[in-house]
Amino acid sequence: MAVLTEEQSMLKDAAKSWVQEKSPVSAFRKMRDSGVELGYDAGAWNEMAEMGWAGVIIPEEYGGSNFGYLSLGLILEELGRTLTASPLLASGLAGASALILGGTDAQKSEWLPKIAEGSVVATLAVDEGPHHNPEKVETTFKDGKISGKKTFVLEGMAASLLVVSAKGPKGIGLYLVRADDAGVKRQRLHLADSRGAANIEFSNAAAEPLEGGPELLEKVLDRARAGLAAEMLGAATQAFETTLDYLKTRVQFGQVIGSFQALQHRAAKMFTDLELSRSAVEAALTAIDNDSPDTPELVSLAKAKMGDTYHLVSNEMVQMHGGIGMTDAHDAGFYLKRARAAEAAFGNQAYHRDRYARIQGY
Amino acid sequence: MADFGGNELETFRAEARAWIEANFPASLKGKPNPMMREERAKPTADQEAWRKAMGEKGWGTPTWPKEYGGGGLSAAEGRVVQQELARAGAYNPIGGMGVMMFGPTLLEYGTEEQKREHIPPIVRGDLQWCQGYSEPGAGSDLASLQTRAEDKGDHFLINGQKIWTSGAQFADWCFCLVRTDTSKKHEGISFVLIDMHQPGVEVRPIKLIAGNSPFCETFFTNAVALKKNLVGPLNGGWTIGKRLLQHERQGISGGGGAGMFGMGKPLEQLAKEYVGTDEKGRIADADLRTRVVQNAIELRAFQLTAMRAMAEAKGNQNPSAATSIMKNAGTRTLQDRAELTIEIMGSQGLGWEGEGFNAEELAAVRGWLGGKATTIYGGSQEIQSNIISKRILGLPDLTQSK
Repeated sequence: MAVLTEEQSMLKDAAKSWVQEKSPVSAFRKMRDSGVELGYDAGAWNEMAEMGWAGVIIPEEYGGSNFGYLSLGLILEELGRTLTASPLLASGLAGASALILGGTDAQKSEWLPKIAEGSVVATLAVDEGPHHNPEKVETTFKDGKISGKKTFVLEGMAASLLVVSAKGPKGIGLYLVRADDAGVKRQRLHLADSRGAANIEFSNAAAEPLEGGPELLEKVLDRARAGLAAEMLGAATQAFETTLDYLKTRVQFGQVIGSFQALQHRAAKMFTDLELSRSAVEAALTAIDNDSPDTPELVSLAKAKMGDTYHLVSNEMVQMHGGIGMTDAHDAGFYLKRARAAEAAFGNQAYHRDRYARIQGY
Repeated sequence: MADFGGNELETFRAEARAWIEANFPASLKGKPNPMMREERAKPTADQEAWRKAMGEKGWGTPTWPKEYGGGGLSAAEGRVVQQELARAGAYNPIGGMGVMMFGPTLLEYGTEEQKREHIPPIVRGDLQWCQGYSEPGAGSDLASLQTRAEDKGDHFLINGQKIWTSGAQFADWCFCLVRTDTSKKHEGISFVLIDMHQPGVEVRPIKLIAGNSPFCETFFTNAVALKKNLVGPLNGGWTIGKRLLQHERQGISGGGGAGMFGMGKPLEQLAKEYVGTDEKGRIADADLRTRVVQNAIELRAFQLTAMRAMAEAKGNQNPSAATSIMKNAGTRTLQDRAELTIEIMGSQGLGWEGEGFNAEELAAVRGWLGGKATTIYGGSQEIQSNIISKRILGLPDLTQSK
């Protein structure tokens, strides 16, 4: 656990108690069963915004608290524990980051206060195929208009502001597009993890450029990846703790199954991997806060290691629970489905292992 | 390895081919077995005709004795029938737990009367069976089961709850492990056959993480099992129950793995489609390529092991403790394959339903989730490892199970 400031400790405690009281996994189940198009509970999102969570990284002059990425990561981790679905990552982290890093004063003034209060949901639209590949962009920007197709846009149905990557006069850049533009067509995706997502088609939609080229895109993506890794850390930690409780209570052969060394060693491996993952995730978030030059490699380290750990823990959660873990009535399936969606978003383990090697020059 | 049957086998092959050509309805060619679907619609006339033809011929259970309606074929001839069915694009309409598990066990342990009563309807595909083994408190520790069978003279009165009873909602009969003596653990268990069509039996499907309900909870409340449907001696059911589990493992790992791995495009082809290739034609993602080839090697080694086991058994098809190795190796390889499939499909491999995904992609997601059960049911991967350690490697047992 990173050494936290007093503010960060308070934020973490507030998030922890809100999540436990207001947003247990049963709330996610209820949202899933309702089939709500947004893929999250709007009432819960309003509460989060009222607590200021959507503005944690946003400067105070634009209505935020400027507490930084590690602080936001602490909240995302707590939300991850109970699989709380919300646009916090897409909007309060990724969308806000794009504006903070690349927005003009006018763009910041227009959008950041609304993102901070939760009235506008912003999101990134960067991928164009089934795999994360931000360098491969066919979408084009010309004469103030954007055209192309984007896939797997997180909170794509809820978003009113889309931050879209496109090829412009100076290479790949990011552009702001209003989701209600006549040139924007959205297709809702029903994903296994029941969260909100969409494929989006742009046909001469009005777009405004953000300042900065491909390096802006990578910087924004790294922030999204680190934030997602923090959510995954919370989810994997809870999945592990729930499994550990089961090992301590389920009796077979006249003893708790956790007394079997074969299971003990697997539990010990998971715990070890979680500790390593936590270090990697916190290091990535801290590097972002410090604007450290090794941010990209630390982010890829975190997303790759965290992805492997959550993959393992989510599989073991089902296996160690046995038959009950296979039932829809149990929560294990939720953690498993969320794991694969989170692994795939903004680059899976293979992508980030490769990127880590490239950054290191091998 | 190969079949050294020579000319006789080739004569039989021609005969089998001709019979299949004459009896298999062309409309069913390449179609899946309707019994494999969870929602069992009323069979079509052609499906019924094909089931009846195969049932009367006995070739759905090719190596079972002719006197009970089976095909009476040798193992080599049985494989020829399988090959010729595959060649004709025909499915075997005779299946289910009666064929895979219960029939072979009853042939080994049942009385003459029991075999004459229960085997022919399985051979003809007239009656379906389900397995009453696990209970909420008796999963891996199966022998701790509590469902009681009380002696009432000419019958047993059954009370208790079973869980994970696959296909119980479609089953006519249940082969069931019940407690007939509470003073002993393994030696207090009996193997009885219960008619599912009676008031004391209630079945509730369980929804799984893949969204389907292949398993049920089955409740027995003063259900009746006639004494003539006790298989083996009273309190001697554990031995029979374990034997049946070996048949189950063999069935899960598909004997030769054909059942598990016969479906879908090869992974390397999928990877090339979804991830693309580099200038040398290799899968563009080197990390993924390594894991795809690892899975291909595991799969090939598994298939070779299945073939070697078949050759070494020289026609003796009785399963052994080695089925635990095959179950663990087969299910692990299959689960890895399912994980790789959804990874290869990327965000297209995350679809649950609706637009934006093709049928193959949606099936991959459901298959990935459903496949997680394979290392849990039929004795979990941990239980199989216990069996390998104990019965093959001779290591000490820490669970005091038998």
